[in-house]
Formats: sequence, structure tokens, C-alpha cells
Amino acid sequence: MANRDDIKFLSNPNIGKQRKKYCRFRKFGIKHIDYKDPDFLAQFINEQGKILPRRISGNSLKYQKKVAVAIKRSRHLAMLPYVTDLFK
Amino acid sequence: MRNYEVTFIVDPVLSSDEIKGTAQTYEDLVKDGGGKIVNMDEMGLRQLAYPINRRSSGIYYSLEFEIESGAIISNLELSMRRDERIMRFLTVALDKYGVKYNEDKREGKIGKITKKDKKDKKDGRKPSRSAAPTEAVAASKAKAPAPVPTKPPVPPAVTKTEEE
Repeated sequence: MANRDDIKFLSNPNIGKQRKKYCRFRKFGIKHIDYKDPDFLAQFINEQGKILPRRISGNSLKYQKKVAVAIKRSRHLAMLPYVTDLFK
Repeated sequence: MRNYEVTFIVDPVLSSDEIKGTAQTYEDLVKDGGGKIVNMDEMGLRQLAYPINRRSSGIYYSLEFEIESGAIISNLELSMRRDERIMRFLTVALDKYGVKYNEDKREGKIGKITKKDKKDKKDGRKPSRSAAPTEAVAASKAKAPAPVPTKPPVPPAVTKTEEE
């Protein structure tokens, strides 16, 4: 039997395949989101400083709410910007 | 028992004695109110994401304490509001996960995320995912070379963040 490795594809067969999104907090068991860690929270905002929606971040509802609260606290403490351009 | 965390930003223009004195004032205030200081973290001078009172940087302090009732909080916030040396503050009640997180952080169990780290993680994920539908041999092949080049950049990245 020809192994899948032996078959040569002209193009990468994985192109166009959708990766399944997952909630990283559930997957890795993160229970607390620190508002004093802007580098971590920066993963959940776009370059204008807006919070990314769940459909992009993949967070579960429970943790998306916690992320949103943490980002808002972080903004209050001037660790993250309220409005900006070219944040990343 | 309740756990609270007060984070505040002190004006950087003050002398270092005044800055330390400001932090000490609130530590004493909590102690006098019957609270037990769990941790006083001086996060140091940081750039602000936006100017506050025409200042572009500030000295961050984070005070974690344990207290029987939250009655002292209004008092604490009022004095912070009246204090001109304090640019911004935030009081947060911590749940059990928050307390645990802070404990772990003090013991150094929680690492810092850097941009390089994020890239490493992505590199690490790619082979395992693309390999999932293929044979296990392919997965091990794909995994084996991946960690070797990704590992060396990690320690410098961590030290960089500490220097900052």
C-alpha cells in the first residue's frame, strides 16, 4: 500500500483546510486572567486596540467575558490603549 | 476572609523616597484597618499606553491583602482619590483562582509571553496538526526537527523581558 507520505502532491493538501478553533483557557486549564499582563491580553485585541470577537479568538463564552473584563481593567490602568493605530 | 488587590500608579516625577513613602502609606492604612498584607509588588516604571495628567510613564504598585470585611475599601479609595501623588488606581476582589494565580506568579511558575514565544508556539502547533491525519511516523518526523531550532531562542527572549 502506498503510504500517504509516499504520494507526492503538486500542492500542499493541507491548504484550505480549516483548523478547528478551541478555547485555550478550557484546553490548558487557565482559570484566572491577569489584567496586569498586557502582553498576554494583546493576543485578544486587534491593531486598533479593539477586543477580538469570539468567532476569531475561539474563546468559550465564559472566558471571553473574563478576557473582556481583564482588557477593560488593563485599559483603565493604561497598560493597554483605549484607541490606537498600528498597535502590533 | 476576603482577598483584595489594589493596583495604583504613582507619579514618576516624585523623588524615590516620596514614591516609596506613598506606597508605604497605603500599606499602613490596610494594616491599621486590620488587614494582612499578602504581597506588595513594585512593578516599577512603565510606559503608559496613553498619557494621564500629561505624564507618559508611571510607577506601578500592586498591593494584595487579606481582610475580614471590605469596609476599609471605600476609605482606601477615598484617600487615593484625594492623593495627588496617585495618578490611577484599581481595586479588585480576588476569587480563589486569583489568589492561586498570584501565589504561582510569585513562585515563578507563570512565564511571560513574548512575541518570539508566540511564534515558537505556532511553529510547534503546525507540525502536530498537519501530521494528525497522516501516520504517527510522519508526526514524529515532523516533530523531531521542530523543537531543536525553536528551543534556543526561548531563554534570551525570557531574559529580555526581565531586563525591560
